Amino acid sequence: MLAQHLPALQVVIPLLAAPLCALFRRGFIGWLIAVAATWLAFAAAIGLLFRVLNEGVISYAMGGWAPPIGIEYRVDLINVFVLVVVSGVGSVIIPFARTGTAARFNDTDQAWFYAMYLLALTGLLGVTITGDAFNIFVFLEISSLASYVMIAMGRDRRALTAAYQYLIMGTVGATFIVIGIGLLWAMTGTLNLADLAQRIPEINDTRPVLAALAFLTVGISLKLALFPLHLWLPNAYAYAPAVTSAFLAGTATKVAIYLFLRFFYTVFGGGGFFESTPLPEMFLVLSVVAMFAASTVAVFQDDVKRMFAYSSVAQIGLITLGISYVSETGLTGAMTHLFNHAIIKAGIFMLLGGVMFRMASVKLEDMAGIGRKMPFTMAGIVILGLALIGTPGTSGFISKWWIVLAALEKDQWWLVALILLASLITMLYVGRIVEVAYFREPSAKAADVREAPLAMLIPAYVLVIATIYFGLDTQWSVGLAQRAAADLLAGIY
Amino acid sequence: MMRDTVILRVVVKLLLPAILIFALYVQFHGDYGPGGGFQAGVAAAAAIILYGMVFGIDEAKKVVPRRIVNTMIPLGVLIFAGTGVASLLLGENYLDYSPLGSKPVKGQHLGILIVEAGVFITVASTMLAIFYVFGGRADEADEKGGEG
Repeated sequence: MLAQHLPALQVVIPLLAAPLCALFRRGFIGWLIAVAATWLAFAAAIGLLFRVLNEGVISYAMGGWAPPIGIEYRVDLINVFVLVVVSGVGSVIIPFARTGTAARFNDTDQAWFYAMYLLALTGLLGVTITGDAFNIFVFLEISSLASYVMIAMGRDRRALTAAYQYLIMGTVGATFIVIGIGLLWAMTGTLNLADLAQRIPEINDTRPVLAALAFLTVGISLKLALFPLHLWLPNAYAYAPAVTSAFLAGTATKVAIYLFLRFFYTVFGGGGFFESTPLPEMFLVLSVVAMFAASTVAVFQDDVKRMFAYSSVAQIGLITLGISYVSETGLTGAMTHLFNHAIIKAGIFMLLGGVMFRMASVKLEDMAGIGRKMPFTMAGIVILGLALIGTPGTSGFISKWWIVLAALEKDQWWLVALILLASLITMLYVGRIVEVAYFREPSAKAADVREAPLAMLIPAYVLVIATIYFGLDTQWSVGLAQRAAADLLAGIY
Repeated sequence: MMRDTVILRVVVKLLLPAILIFALYVQFHGDYGPGGGFQAGVAAAAAIILYGMVFGIDEAKKVVPRRIVNTMIPLGVLIFAGTGVASLLLGENYLDYSPLGSKPVKGQHLGILIVEAGVFITVASTMLAIFYVFGGRADEADEKGGEG
């Protein structure tokens, strides 16, 4: 019975836990509920993964109303992959969250913070699992509204303007998405994604459908922070609490990338239609510009959190580059990097959260000499930084390798050169941190700093170890991504 | 505040029961026609907000204290989500109300009633929470010398 209801439970567990946190209004109880809920959600995602591997696509009729009229939850290889990533990252961050939140907020605020975290998780899991276009919009708003609050709770007062900026941009994005969905609905009379996928190919050269495509492109690109629509991201990540930055970097943009794949590949009918539009070239150019522009800006940042926020924009560029090839290799690379980058970035922001906890600053100048004071934290950041560059032996290498392979497949040697050049720029900003942290005399602030508490280090190290593990054993990351990519191209849903 | 405006105070006192009854009408009529928990929640909250605007926010807080408001917000969501869990436990899909009653039709009726009650509670209390927060801001600003 339980296995049969897993698609509903995946979303319902965090949804039920969120109001419970708010009802008890005790920090510790809220945290316990959040731990239980996120771990159960992760277990549900793993359960779904095995069910999909054994049985193929799962369809779940919400409220017993049969699709396409009722809301359908539809799980296939593509979204179960994202579900595992999102719930996995979500469940690693919560144990880490306790120390920092307990030190900063009063009991009530802590409980509300966990409630918001769980709501954001609910929304992201819901967007991923649902097979209904309007339901996607509803869950997208749930997760966005919750994340605005989570950003605004940052220590820095600039977190408020960052949250406001994200609110405006995020709302514009969501509005565009809902306009796109509305147009599709007007043309087909259905909101069910599988149903849409059947009806759209016949009418996909009509003007309303093309307009819908345009609205969806802009809306989703805003949400996934594709250059030049990324402007909300650096401030939001930089000034938010560490928990929020780690969570958003690991999940929110990844879910937006999933939406992108789902709409352009599944709904608009396999890879063929996507390729017949100018979209691949457009995304190719924007992705390459993102990789260079954002990485270059990252090199000149003084705030390390902001530096890695810009690095996120560049890494998202790498993912969309993989998507723009419209080939199995490219999509495999993109989905693998979605997986790997979620782990790497969440880990980095968690370790930086430890630095922030001890020093109340993540400015580069304050971090001078910190390598000797916080050896484990800095070692973790260096390992994850190496993975960002794409060093062999880390997971970052694997995904970059696949994306380079995809470029070679198309004989685009210049692109390979550009990817490698972008990696060099990544090396520059990671190198800057290493230089400052290890080869300089401790700054005034770093003089009497201790290693971050274990409760923060251990969860972060889970991700550090995962980064190395998935650099050596690619059965689960690449293996699944490859099968998902084949399904995407074939338009199987 | 408008404590000295007799006409307003009398009219508001006359209107309040009508607004609240109308909210309940919208709430329970939602099963058969236009209406439902969201609209009813807004109407009910509007009654309290009107009372607060005329008689002062402190008077409104005496009617519906902030503690109750803060409890009602998550409670409504819990009622909504919990109804779905009840149908799960009774062996049907999430939010399938049919097993809640002796006949599927009765079950569906009862289910939507409970869910709409949850929506009413959360919407009404969220409206009030927003009003209290912004209203509270104005009071704080007054105390500081009207700079807000």
